[in-house]
Amino acid sequence: MMLVVEGISAYYGRAHILADVGLSVARGEVLALLGRNGAGKSTTLKSIIGLVPPAAGSVRFEEREIASRPSYEIARLGLGYVPEERRIFSELTVLENLEVGRQKPRPGVPEWTPERLFAIFPNLAEMRNRPGGQMSGGEQQMLTIARTLMGNPSLVLLDEPSEGLAPKIVEQMAETLKALKQEGLTLILSEQNLHFARLVADRATIIEKGRIRFTGTMAELMADDDARTAYLTV
Amino acid sequence: MSAVLEVAGLSKSFGGVKAVSDVSFSLAAGELLALIGPNGAGKTTCFNMLMGQLRPDTGTIKLAGRDIAGLAPRRIWRLGVGRTFQITATFASMSVRENVQMALLSHHRRLLSLFADAGSQYIDDAMALLTLVGMEAQAERPCGVLAYGDLKRVELAVALANNPKLLLMDEPTAGMAPRERIALMELTARIVKERGISVLFTEHDMDVVFAHADRIFVLNRGRLLAEGTPQQVRDNALVQETYLGSGAMFADGGQ
Amino acid sequence: MTAAPTADNGTPPLEFFLSQLLTGLASASALFLVACGLTIIFGVTRIVNFAHGSFYMLGAYIAYSAITALGGGFFGFWGGVILAALAAGLIGVAMEMTILRRIYHAPELFQLLATFGVVLIVQDVALYLWGPEDLLGPRAPGLTGAVAMGSQRIPEYDIFLILFAPLVLGVLWLLFHRTRFGILVRAATQDRQMVAALGVNQKWLLTGVFFLGAALAGLGGAIQLPKGNAGLTMDLGIIAEVFVVTVVGGMGSILGAYLAALLIALIRVFAVANAGSSLLGIQLWQVELVLIFAVMAVVLVVRPWGLLGKRETLTGHHGAVEPPLLAAPAALKWFALAVLALLVALPGMAGTYSLVIATEILIFALFAASLHFLMGVGGVISFGHAAYFGLGAYGAALMVKHFAWPMEAALFAAPLGGALGALIFGWFCVRLSGVYLAMLTLAFAQIAWAVAFQWIDVTGGDNGILGIWPSSWAATTPAFYGLVLVVVIVMLLAIRRIAFSPFGYALRAGRDSPLRADAIGIDVRRMRWFAFTLAGLFAGVAGGLFAFLKGSVSPDLMGIPLSVDALVMVLLGGVQTLAGPLVGAVTFTALKTELVSLTNYWRLLLGLVIVGLVIAFPQGIAGFVRDRFMAKETRA
Repeated sequence: MMLVVEGISAYYGRAHILADVGLSVARGEVLALLGRNGAGKSTTLKSIIGLVPPAAGSVRFEEREIASRPSYEIARLGLGYVPEERRIFSELTVLENLEVGRQKPRPGVPEWTPERLFAIFPNLAEMRNRPGGQMSGGEQQMLTIARTLMGNPSLVLLDEPSEGLAPKIVEQMAETLKALKQEGLTLILSEQNLHFARLVADRATIIEKGRIRFTGTMAELMADDDARTAYLTV
Repeated sequence: MSAVLEVAGLSKSFGGVKAVSDVSFSLAAGELLALIGPNGAGKTTCFNMLMGQLRPDTGTIKLAGRDIAGLAPRRIWRLGVGRTFQITATFASMSVRENVQMALLSHHRRLLSLFADAGSQYIDDAMALLTLVGMEAQAERPCGVLAYGDLKRVELAVALANNPKLLLMDEPTAGMAPRERIALMELTARIVKERGISVLFTEHDMDVVFAHADRIFVLNRGRLLAEGTPQQVRDNALVQETYLGSGAMFADGGQ
Repeated sequence: MTAAPTADNGTPPLEFFLSQLLTGLASASALFLVACGLTIIFGVTRIVNFAHGSFYMLGAYIAYSAITALGGGFFGFWGGVILAALAAGLIGVAMEMTILRRIYHAPELFQLLATFGVVLIVQDVALYLWGPEDLLGPRAPGLTGAVAMGSQRIPEYDIFLILFAPLVLGVLWLLFHRTRFGILVRAATQDRQMVAALGVNQKWLLTGVFFLGAALAGLGGAIQLPKGNAGLTMDLGIIAEVFVVTVVGGMGSILGAYLAALLIALIRVFAVANAGSSLLGIQLWQVELVLIFAVMAVVLVVRPWGLLGKRETLTGHHGAVEPPLLAAPAALKWFALAVLALLVALPGMAGTYSLVIATEILIFALFAASLHFLMGVGGVISFGHAAYFGLGAYGAALMVKHFAWPMEAALFAAPLGGALGALIFGWFCVRLSGVYLAMLTLAFAQIAWAVAFQWIDVTGGDNGILGIWPSSWAATTPAFYGLVLVVVIVMLLAIRRIAFSPFGYALRAGRDSPLRADAIGIDVRRMRWFAFTLAGLFAGVAGGLFAFLKGSVSPDLMGIPLSVDALVMVLLGGVQTLAGPLVGAVTFTALKTELVSLTNYWRLLLGLVIVGLVIAFPQGIAGFVRDRFMAKETRA
């Protein structure tokens, strides 16, 4: 297993957000972390990357314990994070946004340059000197992913990559993620959109009220009407 | 049926780029109209002009015959337009009931009263509105601790406090789980039908749009691309090409 | 300040004006350096660094010592200037690493308070190291001459200064656009957490930025040395102007800071060039600050986010959701009654000195409560609340002095003075929000201070107005204490009542969510304006009482230190509790009185105490008590 999360808990102030959350993902796999708004998906990802340090539990990434380490150290181990709501640097150009994400090449992991990224995200190539604030939502979403890839990560966490995008753009996003999987990347995506997750993910974990309720392959989830209606209801 | 809202020739440019150009439509009493389109199509700009956040370059926005283009949001509200936000906006330091009371105090023009006890004003009216949206049991909880779906209901109660003729809802179900989405939209549809309120909403969730809109209005690059019933819009080849895609992203959309 | 030569004494007006223009441009350079340092630090750390004026002052002092130690000469001078900039930068780094790193997650006002603690510390350290006298700056070797321009002679050093600012501007532009450090800084300005999640160690980025900003301020202090002195009032003297420059230029914009510094220099030139003219008996150079204010007001009304700033929604309070404002629990009400009983019984128990201190504490409790109403309920932060305290005091004193009003009547002039000032200044302030607003309030307070200081005929200037004594029935210490007790309690109850009135709710609505408030018909700006005026009124009452307590008024009543005192009281007490300002006023006044009686270096101690308290209680003392002991009730 590339990443193993065991028994993590997290709080915002006094509110208990995560209770005993565990999940794992193998190299080359795409895991969908499903659940509704406020279920704890974002907090789980933020705990892994160190933005919300877990109060208890362990996070092991490539056999190394990373729980409670500062997020920049975690990012430097090759764990990339694509936040919800994009959070691109709107004053910076596309190229400058990519520069912020740049890290040294990592052995055994695909190495990214702006030119290689432009091949995957052709839209970005046409606007390399445009400030991020002047891009459409879909283009910004592509830029956040490209920016994270500049760190040459081996595992990428994507927080609701399809949220707020037009159906047609969501389809493109699914194609892009499949292409990244082909490159050998491991992905964890938090999602509410089962339509989208079904196209991309190999396995699914469902979280509800801060606890894990289901873990299995995507096919098992699609066959399990109970789990879907109880926690996802599509 | 007379039009509650009549928009004609609405345009807005930002630094030479036309965000919205020559958009016209009307909304009848009790009608639910959805505004959809790809990102950057001008939905938000359009909405912001209707709500008074932006002043249109040209065009008129008539609410029950009166031009409201360029008025401040608070004036538009006084003329009978309620609104909900894409990201809920409530008063976190107040209880659910106080949030509704606040809107009622404003509606009754009591804002400059310096020495009355605000918490004891319009309690019955506030509770009636909360009962309407199914939040009466949580009336005394602070808004800051509510679940997201409940906040959306509070917003709806607040939006109804001034007996609006028109509700503007910006992505009313964004960030909600599918079941909550359906419940909220069913609740909204029931209330507005009962009271004859018209609704204009933007939405990315096609399941919600196709289930609840009476009419759909598709924007692309600031212009009207298509208009019609859900079935007409769904079957429109142009809309599929620019927006809907293959249909994999909404319920029984494929094939 | 002496009146400048005028065009009347034979100089052609145009040449005179040009030479004044160049002098103005030269003086803009130091101001620009300090302001752009402040802007850069604010951009990344979101901390309004009150201590920035201190770096400027230290830059001047260190340059003086270094140049002296290096024995002057070309290398001695420029080496000293560079050393001073580096030293100021390193002092900034020390401050960042020892203090700010511990409080990056505290509310921004507490950070501000900590930086003001540093101002106090630096003041006394500078006093200890360099003494109370101003030190005359050495001249720059090689630039001591002057260039003839018609009949005027322009100092070479002025020309150097005029060219230096654009040079720094260019270097900074290259730094921010052509280096990885600069790009990371710009990214961090927008979203620090995201930069960290991309693998950048933001700790060192913040430290680096602090070094840069502090070094620029130190450089500013050093390069102005040949034009003036190194003195102990440089820190607060420049900070108000720096705030004006950053607000007018636009927070975060370096070019904006440059343009605003030029603009202000030009206004100054205009005032000096027309020094002969007078208006209402005031010479024009005296109204220089008022002119600066007028231009600032025009700029901000047209462009509330400054000349080159970005339209930004700075809400003023960050992070955690405000807890609901609760009526006091029964136990607290009993406690309040017990305190009240004690206060009523006090004249029978305490000596005269203690009673005077108690009177002062009551007055400051009202002053702090008026600021708390504005901040806690309205969400409007004021860095210049002393202006309204002072206007109340002057309002009463002027009536006594010029119209021989008795105390009873003059005490009614006090709230009017405070409210009128707040009404006028507030009209501008509420057009802005968050930090912009707060900096503008400080600038207005400085203007009020300057008017009191310079309009000698009316206000008595630096000496103030003496002989403001209570009527005979209230002349004894216990009687005056009784009067103050009654007035303060009535006012506090009124403030509390208003906080829970529809108006108070509407204010809180505007604070919680301006967007939603606007969408339910609340004119947030107007509500804030009224709140501003009300707060000014209550502060004015406190100021009026204070004038009669001390028997005099002076410009100090409007000074930055008193404004900060009020902030300290409110923040120590905690913004989220209505009892907070009272707790804060008692703690702070008692503490300060004790420290002043203890040592000449009380500022140093007070500064250390403030910094220590901020680090220990980032939620304020009352907030800490409530969290600690009343947690059960909030959870239920």
